[in-house]
Amino acid sequence: MSRPQELVEDQVELDEEIISGNGEVDEVMDEVDEGYTSSTPTSTLTWISWFCSLPGHEYFCEVSEDFIEDDFNLTGLNTMVPFWKEAMEMVLDVEPDEDTSKIPDVSIVEASAELLYGLVHQRYILTRAGLQSMVDKYENAAFGVCPRVYCVGCNVVPCGRSDLPGIDTVKLYCPNCNDIYSPPSSRFQGVDGAFFGTTFAHLFFQSYRELSPAPFWKPSSSTESSLSPGRSPDSVNSSQRPPFVNPNPHGGQKRPEGRIYEPRIYGFKVSERAKSGPRMQWLRLRPQSPEELDMVDWRGRWIDDEEYGDVDDDDDNEEVDKQMEDFDPVKLP
Amino acid sequence: MLGRAVDDASTGSDSDYSNSWISWFLSSKGNEYFCEVEEDYILDRFNLTGLNNEVSNYAQALDLITDNLDDDIQDELRGALDVQARLLYGLIHARWIVTARGLAKMLEKFKRVDFGRCPRVLCQSQPLLPVGLSDIPYEKSVKLYCGRCEDVYSPKSSRHGSIDGAYFGTSFPHLLFMVYPHLIPPKAGPVEPTLPPRVSETDASKRNRRTREDPEAAEVINEPASTASVALKADRYRPRIYGFQLHEIAKLQRWQEAVRDRQVTRLEALEDLS
Repeated sequence: MSRPQELVEDQVELDEEIISGNGEVDEVMDEVDEGYTSSTPTSTLTWISWFCSLPGHEYFCEVSEDFIEDDFNLTGLNTMVPFWKEAMEMVLDVEPDEDTSKIPDVSIVEASAELLYGLVHQRYILTRAGLQSMVDKYENAAFGVCPRVYCVGCNVVPCGRSDLPGIDTVKLYCPNCNDIYSPPSSRFQGVDGAFFGTTFAHLFFQSYRELSPAPFWKPSSSTESSLSPGRSPDSVNSSQRPPFVNPNPHGGQKRPEGRIYEPRIYGFKVSERAKSGPRMQWLRLRPQSPEELDMVDWRGRWIDDEEYGDVDDDDDNEEVDKQMEDFDPVKLP
Repeated sequence: MLGRAVDDASTGSDSDYSNSWISWFLSSKGNEYFCEVEEDYILDRFNLTGLNNEVSNYAQALDLITDNLDDDIQDELRGALDVQARLLYGLIHARWIVTARGLAKMLEKFKRVDFGRCPRVLCQSQPLLPVGLSDIPYEKSVKLYCGRCEDVYSPKSSRHGSIDGAYFGTSFPHLLFMVYPHLIPPKAGPVEPTLPPRVSETDASKRNRRTREDPEAAEVINEPASTASVALKADRYRPRIYGFQLHEIAKLQRWQEAVRDRQVTRLEALEDLS
């Protein structure tokens, strides 16, 4: 289904692939096509193992057949996948009952099987067993690392922007900067983001709190970080630091990489007063202590902030104008 | 020529022999981020002040770059000299790209998206600029600066990942946006496929002004709009589980946005004063 588009994108990206020394793009497409023809039930490999071993499918884990065979887990999917029965037979390596004469081309079933497997995968990776197989992949950096320099190679997880197929390709979520990135290789541009879903990445880090960086960060040696912008972010020696503790037991328990980029010209920080000065540092900033997070209320305003107090008053008036939805309206007499 | 062939066998075109060292260097694989340093700039000794302490065999390396090296030099020396020539060219390059003409050359490359695009999804493929995290060679490899999220990223390809960041320097992208403020990327919306006509007009008028000192030209260059509150337009990713925000991350994001709002307030107050 998404095949022709995939090809076009690969062509577009071909130049970049060559630059990155990753000249397997053409090869990838060939293998995909050959692979499908070899997916006859006679092959010793199961369809699922074969599918997960395809180039570009490195992010998928193997869904257990038990999970797929339980109809409850598939609730609602049969309306989304054409040729449901045939696709199920292909995914589970079941011999077709009778000749599938009503299907003109086996490639249609292959597309359905891919869609079926992807949507089941989205559900499976939210289960205990699915999360466990994904954490094994995560710890081997199977999903790659964050491209952001100051995340210092933090491992990322695949993430969809929609739970419905056909909307966007797979992205990568970094737990350190809480942001999403495009996969570095174009071979992932044919993989639907819905096959991972919007929830998985976050349920993953909720389930494995020790892998989730905490929301506050204190520079270990403030003099070094403020005086030497050019030092490598990973030069901080982690071995001699005390163990990291987040006072919030439900919060992230990993020591974050908290340094942010500071633009400089000839060694001098670019002032925020300049038109070209920094405007986006807040996006990556962490407070030094967890208490600082409580200085902002649920509406996103500073509590007890005198310096900016008068401005807050303006906000107050706006808030009154566009109040929250009134779920329980009080009738005035 | 032998030294070059040893170092990079992939550029084996015969025309190399007729070209200068610089054009050979620029056409080598992995050197796509570099721009051409004008020969006049290299030949002005003032621009090279201090580099003789950084580069061993400085004089010969300089001769090699400027194609003045004697042909009877020994082959083994030539191989080592090539490394020094690259270092020297890189260090000259770092100085050149922060000059007016160097900035203009890099600007062309920026417009051609020679440095790649931002990997951050919400930056919508914003073209990047190379930046060093240190001005001292052999410390950190080159990184890429995004003018939209104002953060730095590692190049996708390992070939670019091995280029020394000092060959671009820490100042370059910030100086570029300071000199060309109309090119500061917007914080929201898609990247313009081609630059709007207004910008190219501005460029043209700048060039005109330089040649014929047109007093009107200064007015043609529109003063770029205020950037005090642009951050409010920036899009950000909000992690959700089954549609619900996560407590700790939502709290951090509220705090970050409060920091942002505080900066906006501060900048707008400054603007009102002036």
